[in-house]
Amino acid sequence: MKFGILINEGPYNHQASDSAYQFCKAAIEKGHEIDRVFFYHDGVNNATKLTEPPQDDRNIVQRWGKLAEEHNVDLVVCVAAALRRGIVEENLAPGFRISGLGQLVESGIRSDRLVTFGD
Amino acid sequence: MSESTGGIEMEEDMSGTVKKFAFINRKAPYGTIYALESLEVVLISAAFDQDVSLVFADDGVYQLKKGQATKAVGMKNFSPTYRALEGYDIEKLYVEKESMEARGLTADDLIVDVEVLDAAEMAALLEEQDVVLSF
Repeated sequence: MKFGILINEGPYNHQASDSAYQFCKAAIEKGHEIDRVFFYHDGVNNATKLTEPPQDDRNIVQRWGKLAEEHNVDLVVCVAAALRRGIVEENLAPGFRISGLGQLVESGIRSDRLVTFGD
Repeated sequence: MSESTGGIEMEEDMSGTVKKFAFINRKAPYGTIYALESLEVVLISAAFDQDVSLVFADDGVYQLKKGQATKAVGMKNFSPTYRALEGYDIEKLYVEKESMEARGLTADDLIVDVEVLDAAEMAALLEEQDVVLSF
């Protein structure tokens, strides 16, 4: 099955990004395809390379980048939401790209399921 | 909406694919940004010629309440955008009856014409959808 993923909350503050990551990993392991992960609202904060968690904690940002690299997952950050929150190309973490909301709608159209992670 | 929402170009040819999109709005209009940013997705989905429905439930019913006065809190009043949806061919607006009644509101308190559905009817409506986005 082909999944589109929407993440609406920022890292560490909320479990949405963690749950979405676990979901993506499990889906890939089961042979499903993650069409795209779209970061919206405060979810765009998952894409800043300035994030520096304590060493004994998970690195949510790098973890997404690694998943993208290993499984060719398209990580897309909403440009309008990102600009509002100071996420720009200069501080974008590896594996992410900035694009428009059309990418979310497009993923909804071509995926079998679009799954939202947020409140 | 004046914000940039670019990138609506299609990466592959999906012309002709029309899915039923439902946007569930569950949050009050001000206090958090969910309502405003939800509207931005709704407007983009119209550009993709999809079959769009908007659902207002829980505190989301307040998004349609008449008489929003946002000046004192320093926020832009985006109520007019709901009135403009018709111009984007987004005409299916549904409000959950129980949410509205629990907040002492009636359809007359709302700035746009809506169809009021009870929770069971709303469940049936959502069952028909291909893509459900909840904000």
